[in-house]
Amino acid sequence: MGHPAAALPGGAAAAAGAGRRRNYARRYGWFIVPAGVVVLGVILFPWAFTLFMSVHDWKVGGGRLYVGFENYRKLFTDERFLWSVVRTLYFTALAVVLPMLFGTAAALVFNRRFPLRGLARTVFILPMMATPVAVALVWTMMFHPQLGVLNWLLTQVGLPPSMWVYDASTVIPTLVIVEVWHWTPLVMLIVLGGLASLPVDPYEAAKIDGASAWQAFRHITLPLLMPFIVVALIIRTIDALKAFDTIYVITQGGPGTSSETINIFLYLQGFAYYNMGYASAVVVVFFALIVSLAALLLWTRNRVRNA
Amino acid sequence: MRRLLERVGFALAVLVLVSPAALVFLWMLSLSLKTELDNTAWPPVFIPDPPVLENFAAVFARNDFLLYTWNSVVVSFSATALAILIGVPAGYGIAKMRATRAAMVILIARITPGLSYLIPLFLLFQWLGLTGTLVPIVVTHLVITVPIVVWVMIGFFEGLPGELEEAALVDGATIWQAFRHVAFPLARPGITVAVILSFIFSWNNFIFAVVLAGRETRTLPVAVNNMLTFEQISWGPLAAAALLVTLPVLLLTLLAQKQIIAGLTTGGVKGG
Repeated sequence: MGHPAAALPGGAAAAAGAGRRRNYARRYGWFIVPAGVVVLGVILFPWAFTLFMSVHDWKVGGGRLYVGFENYRKLFTDERFLWSVVRTLYFTALAVVLPMLFGTAAALVFNRRFPLRGLARTVFILPMMATPVAVALVWTMMFHPQLGVLNWLLTQVGLPPSMWVYDASTVIPTLVIVEVWHWTPLVMLIVLGGLASLPVDPYEAAKIDGASAWQAFRHITLPLLMPFIVVALIIRTIDALKAFDTIYVITQGGPGTSSETINIFLYLQGFAYYNMGYASAVVVVFFALIVSLAALLLWTRNRVRNA
Repeated sequence: MRRLLERVGFALAVLVLVSPAALVFLWMLSLSLKTELDNTAWPPVFIPDPPVLENFAAVFARNDFLLYTWNSVVVSFSATALAILIGVPAGYGIAKMRATRAAMVILIARITPGLSYLIPLFLLFQWLGLTGTLVPIVVTHLVITVPIVVWVMIGFFEGLPGELEEAALVDGATIWQAFRHVAFPLARPGITVAVILSFIFSWNNFIFAVVLAGRETRTLPVAVNNMLTFEQISWGPLAAAALLVTLPVLLLTLLAQKQIIAGLTTGGVKGG
């Protein structure tokens, strides 16, 4: 890396060839060094150390013992873990599909001009900026089976009251409601950004050719919007897999273990039972799952694009 | 006639979209302003009559709420300031070098679950004897704030025309001077976006502090979660505390909605 003080004469830099330019660009490396140190310390070091711990039997305050792949073997026969994977996938599927649908629809609405649009859009994105713990508290009170406002609403429209998060069969869909409420705005913003970038010409051509509004949407808007929808899809999938705050605050994985997703399982292993080695193995498997799902989505996008 | 129907339908669609967001926050407000009796009434009481402030008084009387607020302020401000200090030059460097690999590391940091950083860092801080101070919480918050700042700034610097800096370089400025006196002032709007987003996501963060905070070093989200565990039934103070925690963020969103939307649409950044 060059030294920033030893500046090239400006004219030479501007006129430099490709090889020279690379040399010149390299001097910007100094700008990255401080951030690089932080990334090394709080991001790369934990990754490496996690791999190291995952092959040890490591209890806080109890010493460590090299056990090879024992933690991983145990993990793949641990029914509690395997169920947490199933639950995570169930939760993720719902918490991806619904916000994608609602978010895209909302983006189409907010792309039109109407009075008070700015205010309406700001209110719409408030949930994603609000503190998750605070929001989870309010939802917990609304889900209360006897005194919660949601059961009152259900009885008003003639439906039977629900147990919401207090019953094993309804707890995950209920948590999905909170997640949808929380993160639909992010999908909306990404798709709205896409809509803003659409060209006008194809629509004028379609209008001249007598296409209906639905045809224009189906054959022009949707294909042009696809890249943005895929970005939203990938971000939403990753975030849904990682969901923690609201689940932890509202149910802590309960009742029983019926809402224990991988992240909650990981938290309990690491910071309730202090099985650091075992928890590290969970981290590695969890991370592999997230990366492979994200890669799968990217790969599908490239295939669709090339087809 | 058809146009009118269309307009009514559209207005309804807007109402359906906005009301879940509005109603949950209004319900939070309503719970925080009602007496305990009204909060447990059936059918529910919607409008506090008369509104009372005893719940807010209870929050401050029963907890070290001021201490936790101070902790949150210190953590969020330090994590944001540090992230700006190191993240803005980094974003500049990455944009200039077109260092896609460095950008990838940032992206992977974005997709890693927060808990996976915590196990090693928890042991490290224990070993260094830093548990019980705010240092571990600030340091772990860098995991969120640094990627946000770098990501926003890469996008911003890539969009800036390079001519002005080149002119400065031609006039004999060093690249540091070109950054400090030309690019940096031009980047003010981008930095504003980065500050707002990184502050909000640091303020909202729960996972790092819930593991690392001791009794004296709790941040607000952790303190509020603890209230839930100990005060299952008294909803008024709970809702009041929840409202106090999230109010700064909501106000900031209302004030800076343009910057927030610009920042979020470019990268889909979010801490976590």
